[in-house]
Amino acid sequence: MDSGAQFSIDDDGKGGRRLVLSGPYLVSTVGEVDRELRAVDGEFSGVDLSGITEIDTVGAWTACHLASQHNAEIEGASDRAERLIKAIDAGEDEKPIRAPREVIFRRVPGAIGQMVVEFGQGVASLLAFIGQIIMGFASLIRHPRRFRVKALVRQLELVGVSALGIIGLMSFLIGIVVAQQGAVQLQQFGAEIYTINLTGRLTMRELGVLMTAIMVAGRSGSAFAAQLGTMKLTEEVDAMRTIGISPMEALIIPRILAAVIMMPLLGFYSACMGILGGAFIADATLDIPFFTFLSRIQEVVPMYDLYVGLVKAPVFGMIVAIAGCYQGMQVEGNSEQVGLRTTKAVVQAIFMVIVLDAFFAVFFTKIGWA
Amino acid sequence: MSEFSEDEQRQASLSKHERFRGEYPIVVEGLVNRFGKQTVHDNLSLKVKRGEILGVVGGSGTGKSVLMRSIIGLQRPNEGNIEVFGRSITEAEPDEEIGVRERWGVLFQGGALFSTLTVGENVEVPLKQFYPELSATLRHEIARYKTIMSGLPEEAVNKFPSELSGGMKKRAGLARSLALDPELLFLDEPTAGLDPIGADKFDKLTRELQQTLGLTVFLITHDLDTLYAICDRVAVLADKQVIAVGTIPELLATDHPWIQEYFNGPRGRAAQSTQQRDNKKASGAMDKPTVTGA
Repeated sequence: MDSGAQFSIDDDGKGGRRLVLSGPYLVSTVGEVDRELRAVDGEFSGVDLSGITEIDTVGAWTACHLASQHNAEIEGASDRAERLIKAIDAGEDEKPIRAPREVIFRRVPGAIGQMVVEFGQGVASLLAFIGQIIMGFASLIRHPRRFRVKALVRQLELVGVSALGIIGLMSFLIGIVVAQQGAVQLQQFGAEIYTINLTGRLTMRELGVLMTAIMVAGRSGSAFAAQLGTMKLTEEVDAMRTIGISPMEALIIPRILAAVIMMPLLGFYSACMGILGGAFIADATLDIPFFTFLSRIQEVVPMYDLYVGLVKAPVFGMIVAIAGCYQGMQVEGNSEQVGLRTTKAVVQAIFMVIVLDAFFAVFFTKIGWA
Repeated sequence: MSEFSEDEQRQASLSKHERFRGEYPIVVEGLVNRFGKQTVHDNLSLKVKRGEILGVVGGSGTGKSVLMRSIIGLQRPNEGNIEVFGRSITEAEPDEEIGVRERWGVLFQGGALFSTLTVGENVEVPLKQFYPELSATLRHEIARYKTIMSGLPEEAVNKFPSELSGGMKKRAGLARSLALDPELLFLDEPTAGLDPIGADKFDKLTRELQQTLGLTVFLITHDLDTLYAICDRVAVLADKQVIAVGTIPELLATDHPWIQEYFNGPRGRAAQSTQQRDNKKASGAMDKPTVTGA
């Protein structure tokens, strides 16, 4: 059906020409004709709207624009058209719709500069945050009655107890993978019995704690950031301050303590589950009986391997918790920030944990716990 | 089926190039909405006349927003029939093209602006969606004048929603809801959270736009001043139904306890006296605004 908007050019009787618009001039019909109208050149004395059957603001805008472009008069406008033209008759200042964008060779250095500045500010504010935590601990030591036992217990449950299932399963599976893959290589030397050394020492020293730290960062670090961030957005944190409750004591210290206390326990648990996984697969595929595997572990894993894991674990827990709490407390403005900060918290925590793990590895070798 | 859908509404079937000519753009009949065991609407019926501003009031939890969501098809009712522009919303599949979406605009409570786009780009979104044939220049121009029409300064066009105040966000949301030159406008508590001056300005803007553009407005509000200032009729939601629809004097004549309490409470009386004062000032100076239709 061809009931679209149309236009024609005719004489105005005084030697000039005028544009005659006809048909419906609506947002749904004006698309084609607008292009054509914009391409029309020449002098016009008038724009005749009397043939227009329906009009909305888009049609009115088209007519207006046309009239001002050709310096023409609008003629034969209906009441409605006139009303609409009046309503949209607001300055024609050309302001771009999109946010202004710099050219690339200024934008890139600008972005890099901003990153550098933000990094500096980030380091400074992180240091300040750590300082606040230390001050918070100091004041808690002086006023031990202010310590929030209930909050701590609740966090211990969330960070530790409710993570047992997933961490156990994950460690068990990793134990299986390490033992099975290790055995395939060691078999080439007929040394599959060393699978026990491999599994036992690796899980105790490295994998148990490292995988647990990553899991805790994903489970609890992100939860810290999201919880605290949301509380900041809803002004709960501010409300606490006005009542005289320090957010540091009520929110942050219990979370950090919970992570520091729970990480060694979870790390040790994870290592044990890993060994169980190794023993299980050894029993199933390598003809090493389950309990032989476990009793050999006692002989081949030196005691200091356990200490290595237990020393690293609380440090990792602290890093994960501080990253989560710090990013959570940095949330400002809108809910988009919560997601952004939560991601940052997890990424930073895992990155820091792995970097630190490398330092620990060198350190423990140097002091003879190899 | 209703007596309306038989003749009048059918006759006024939607042509792409014509505005709706039927008498009732919104017809709700026998609407039932249940959430679990809780019944929000029970056999609710409501008709909105073309060219009016219908205020919808009701206590918290009486399902004003649910009613609006049902009408615009975001909430599937358990029973009942809803027709918008003579087309059944309830019988249509979700997201089915039934040719009414481009004829309405919705302003959500918080503005619901897309946060990664500027105000101007927000206004362009429905234009791009429904009319991709519009040239980019025209689209930019439309976005710009719609923004200005909604009472925002020109500079707001390329600002992001996070840079706007609450009142400006509402105006930007209004600009987006007006992007397609709708015939029907849904406003969900437009003046909530605005200061009295801002709220008053927003009311006036709503009235002005309704008159110039010939809009039908479905307006949910808690604001008694808004009711007195701009609503042609008011629908009262209570007891899971629309218990009364009419002008405020008509409602005051009914003896439903909730209506009496609502309009004759201290706030109701204050709004009433403000309105009377305004009317006295305005009388003579200008005629009472008439409702414009086609």
